[in-house]
Amino acid sequence: MAGFIIRRLGVMALTALCMTFIVFLLTNLQPNLEKLAKTQAGARITDAEVASWIDRNGYGAPMLTRYGEWLGVLPAPLATDADGRAVGGRCLRGHPGLAADEVPRFCGVLQGDWGYSTKFRRPVTEVIAERLQRTGLLMAWAFATMVPLALIVGVLAGMREGSALDRGLSTLSIATTSTPEYVSGVIFVALFASSMVGLKWFTGSAKSAVEGATFQNFTLPVATVALYGMGYIARMTRASMAEVMTAQYIRTARLKGLSFRAVVLRHALRNALIAPFTVIMLQFPWLLTGVVIVEALFVYPGFGDALVQGAQNNDIDLLLAVSVVAVIVVLATQLLSDIGYALLNPRIRVA
Amino acid sequence: MERLSWTGALGPWLVPALEAALVALALAALAHPLALLAGYRLGPGPEAARSGPGRAARLTGGLLRLSLWALAAALAAFLIGGLLVPPEAKGILGRIATRLWPVWLSLGASFALVALFRRRLGLLGHLLGNPAGAVGLALVMFWVFAALFADQIAPFDPITDVIAGMKNKPPGTPLPAPEGTYGYYLLGGDALARDVFSRAVAGARVVLAIAPAATLFAFMVGITLGLPAGYLGGRLDLLLSFLANLVLAFPVILLFFLLVTPEIVAMGVPTYMAGALFLFPLIFLTILWNSRFRTRPPLRAALIGATLVLGGWLYAGLAWNADPFGVVSMPAGVLIVFVSVVFVNAPSVFRIVRGLTLDIRTRDYVAAAQTRGEGPWYIMLWEILPNARGPLLVDFCLRIGYTTILLGTLGFFGLGLAPESPDWGTSINAGRGLLQFVPFPPLVPAVAIMSLVLGMNLLADGLREESLRE
Repeated sequence: MAGFIIRRLGVMALTALCMTFIVFLLTNLQPNLEKLAKTQAGARITDAEVASWIDRNGYGAPMLTRYGEWLGVLPAPLATDADGRAVGGRCLRGHPGLAADEVPRFCGVLQGDWGYSTKFRRPVTEVIAERLQRTGLLMAWAFATMVPLALIVGVLAGMREGSALDRGLSTLSIATTSTPEYVSGVIFVALFASSMVGLKWFTGSAKSAVEGATFQNFTLPVATVALYGMGYIARMTRASMAEVMTAQYIRTARLKGLSFRAVVLRHALRNALIAPFTVIMLQFPWLLTGVVIVEALFVYPGFGDALVQGAQNNDIDLLLAVSVVAVIVVLATQLLSDIGYALLNPRIRVA
Repeated sequence: MERLSWTGALGPWLVPALEAALVALALAALAHPLALLAGYRLGPGPEAARSGPGRAARLTGGLLRLSLWALAAALAAFLIGGLLVPPEAKGILGRIATRLWPVWLSLGASFALVALFRRRLGLLGHLLGNPAGAVGLALVMFWVFAALFADQIAPFDPITDVIAGMKNKPPGTPLPAPEGTYGYYLLGGDALARDVFSRAVAGARVVLAIAPAATLFAFMVGITLGLPAGYLGGRLDLLLSFLANLVLAFPVILLFFLLVTPEIVAMGVPTYMAGALFLFPLIFLTILWNSRFRTRPPLRAALIGATLVLGGWLYAGLAWNADPFGVVSMPAGVLIVFVSVVFVNAPSVFRIVRGLTLDIRTRDYVAAAQTRGEGPWYIMLWEILPNARGPLLVDFCLRIGYTTILLGTLGFFGLGLAPESPDWGTSINAGRGLLQFVPFPPLVPAVAIMSLVLGMNLLADGLREESLRE
């Protein structure tokens, strides 16, 4: 098991390096840098000034060098003027006015310096931490509603394959997988928060949830995130349950006179929930897309909103940090689901 | 003229009928699972399993079926009644049904044809006997025909017809001066005073032009790379699998934001990606003909030549916008969207094809072909691929639905397509700001996306069931 985990961690680290380099490459292209120079130093500066701004602020080195500096394995050069005062460079971003000898030589992700957000004018770590908290709340509620509901629906549908209950619930699951967040969100708001139907049970914006999430302002976003993923988990649970119900030991349990209920609850359920476990873990990266959409639709300033703001405002450090977090979450859930699957399923032996 | 009502003259009779059917359906849908559960609890041991559901469950089940039929009948009555009553008695629904007459005609004709030749059509014929599959097929065909006849159906031009005074108007609003044009905005006007109904119908054309084609390209890429990865294995498999997992580990939305920003487009990244991705169909077809007709050189030369000439022409036009005759080209926005959707989908197809190949290559007929001395590409393309068609067909349908969702996501964030494009995602994006006050401009395209994707998923489900049965 230990060897398996170490090997997986190695592949994971390699994947993470490749992915962050791709993101770094795509966010640090020449047009991005020129746009950044113009937003930071004034829109009317000449091309020569743009070039000197890029050089002075440590964006001029070759791509791989800059990637190493961003990672924190290469020292970042510091630009100084004639008097030896620091005027620019990677490590000076976000801390203007530091004396030249106080500026650290390494200031990458590994040192905990994630850069400075040009959009929010704060260190990226602060922005990300605050927003991860908000999105964590949304995700936690979404998971707390989605997973139990999906498991119940899946088990009920799968315990008697082909029954009317199965058909009805399966159609329901297909319907929810066909309803992406931007569709269900629009329908929910139109039904429960608009002046058209007039129900107005909930608010159509979750902006006020930043101060405190209430039933009124948080229900619609949570329901919207939960709905799309629910059908998929339910379908996986149903398939797994249906397969378990045809197994020999279930027949044996029935033949020895156990009631259907006891068979389902005591014998089938545990084995039927192994496969959905993996699916539930792998929902995390899927949920990220949902979270971005829901946060845009319901104006909730969370992690997804940071992604959109970073991308739309050419906020390179913020976008990079968002990508790193997203990539780590995806890879970690993949690893966890593999380990969990191996642990839960006694038939799998990992050397 | 006054505003149209939803149901017109039919309303007083049909609305109560519809409400009754809905109430009955809700009651039955609540009662039936309870009755079933109660039945299970009463059954102690194997006898209960054999005797099936109890009398109460049978009763509620029958009620459920009956109320479903009643609901379907009421809805059909809205449609047919709306088509038949005189124009002045038509409500919004009746008028929409009338505008959609080419769709009903073609739907009826195609279903009649399929039913007539059911025996000879194989899987397609079997689909009609499967309720989910038939409903899915009907939904998909509805949108296909709506896209085909969009010009006849839409009363207004989706982009240029901006009529003063129709901004954010509710459904059924008459035009202020209807001279020579259709008299109403059937589903209201959007924030730029364009007809919501016409835009939804025209949006079907955009979505159905991109989604199936992009899915097909993703399949070409996935098959061309997945077959050798699964069949040959080794370093090639290791490398390709690593790359596929790399792309799959990116959250889709992040990839979209990275690929479709103006800076990336300015660097020409989408064009280079198109240059690489659009090569795969050419490679695929060339290998396909070459491996099959190696023993018949004239035929092989003719097929490969035709593929390369035709394909090369399309390739130059689509990917590089360099068609020497100036006929084939792809608008820049569409190309970007197309490429990013293909890029996101191709790795999952690769994984599916690779898995299927790993499974099938251990079969006896593959060993027989190897003993016969067939080349690896012949075995991959003419022995393994045809035997993997069932799961691939199901995945193809599912994936068109998923691609439609992805296109909507791109539109929702205003990425790629032009802001005035009538496609559904862009329309939702345009209307979501005023959603709480003017819900129809985003609601109509939202329901359109949902029904098309639902149709695709039901169709895939029906196909899976029918192909398992065979």
